Amino acid sequence: MLKLFFELLITFFKIGLFTIGGGYAMIPLIQQEIVDHGWMSFKETVDMIAISEMTPGPFAINSATFAGVKTGGITGAVFATAGVVLPSFIIVVLIAKYSARFMEKPVMQSALYGLRPAVIGLIGAAAFSIAMTSFFNVPVNNGTIPFAGIIRDIGSVIDFKAIFIFIVAIVASIKYKVHPILLIVLSGVLGIILYGI
Amino acid sequence: MEAKDRRTRVTKLFLVFLRIGAFTFGGGLAMIPFIKREIVDNNHWIEEEDIVDIFAIVQSVPGVIAVNSAIFVGYRVAGFLGSVASAIGVVLPSFIILSVIALFFSTFKSIPVVANAFEGISAGVTALIVSALLNLRKASIKDVYGWIIAACVFLIMTVTDISAVYILLASAILGLIISYVRKKKGW
Repeated sequence: MLKLFFELLITFFKIGLFTIGGGYAMIPLIQQEIVDHGWMSFKETVDMIAISEMTPGPFAINSATFAGVKTGGITGAVFATAGVVLPSFIIVVLIAKYSARFMEKPVMQSALYGLRPAVIGLIGAAAFSIAMTSFFNVPVNNGTIPFAGIIRDIGSVIDFKAIFIFIVAIVASIKYKVHPILLIVLSGVLGIILYGI
Repeated sequence: MEAKDRRTRVTKLFLVFLRIGAFTFGGGLAMIPFIKREIVDNNHWIEEEDIVDIFAIVQSVPGVIAVNSAIFVGYRVAGFLGSVASAIGVVLPSFIILSVIALFFSTFKSIPVVANAFEGISAGVTALIVSALLNLRKASIKDVYGWIIAACVFLIMTVTDISAVYILLASAILGLIISYVRKKKGW
């Protein structure tokens, strides 16, 4: 048990340390770490994202707590949450104490020049693998997509209901700027109607 | 600052960030207007120009934006204890709510109606991430090198098992190299 708590602390410390740009940028890293450790299935991490969106508070904290409770109960959640906050604590206190101008240093700006597009690529990859699990009825392990299986049984595995809900939601979000919580409620209701019949 | 004054500030910071943590949905960026109102307008702890700088800094260092802001503001207002109180305040509501949900989620999801709802929600989450991606893209990719980096990262993440940590490290180094070469050659 102690080993698990330590592993939660280290893993979420790593997640906290390598999250640049907040919220959505964290999704690929969190999914990769949680699924690789066998703490949750890929499908469960998608549920976790939905729950995080519907509840107040930052996504990273929500998912650290959720993953912590699922694996090691409330104590696990304390270790995971402490882990994700700790890097911020060290870095931000140092900056606040010594130099607020630290971020304007050219070396930081140059690193961010490479990091910002990388984060877009990461989020894109996360969106892609979540779309694959949602649109095709095939088991996805470790976020690796079984392309061969999809192509072989394309007729029977494709989930038109999910694709329909995705299209409705993306139009609602981009064109009508529907609030994320409302969007999740809407797609939940569509899910109940379409998958119930 | 007198000890008594500092104690009042620490307590107040805790309560302010507790409220921010409990009532803002959608994470870090959504919290910024709330933090500004509480810290600048209501309590006059930090000047308006300073808070803009603080938000710029906390978004470009690693970590959660909301937590980074709480720690930075807390430190400015009441030192180390202030940053601890603010961080705990902003995290506590999430911690309590998500613990309760996580404890009951498996039971909850075994109800067929709920399982169907989450089938639909997973398609909705995909849409949510795609639209966030489109919004973020404008500020993150400025030129052709940016597109190349983003495309390579996408491919590597999709077809290999390489950890996102290494990919981010490599991208930071690549950013340094491109900027260096560019300066040297005067592109």
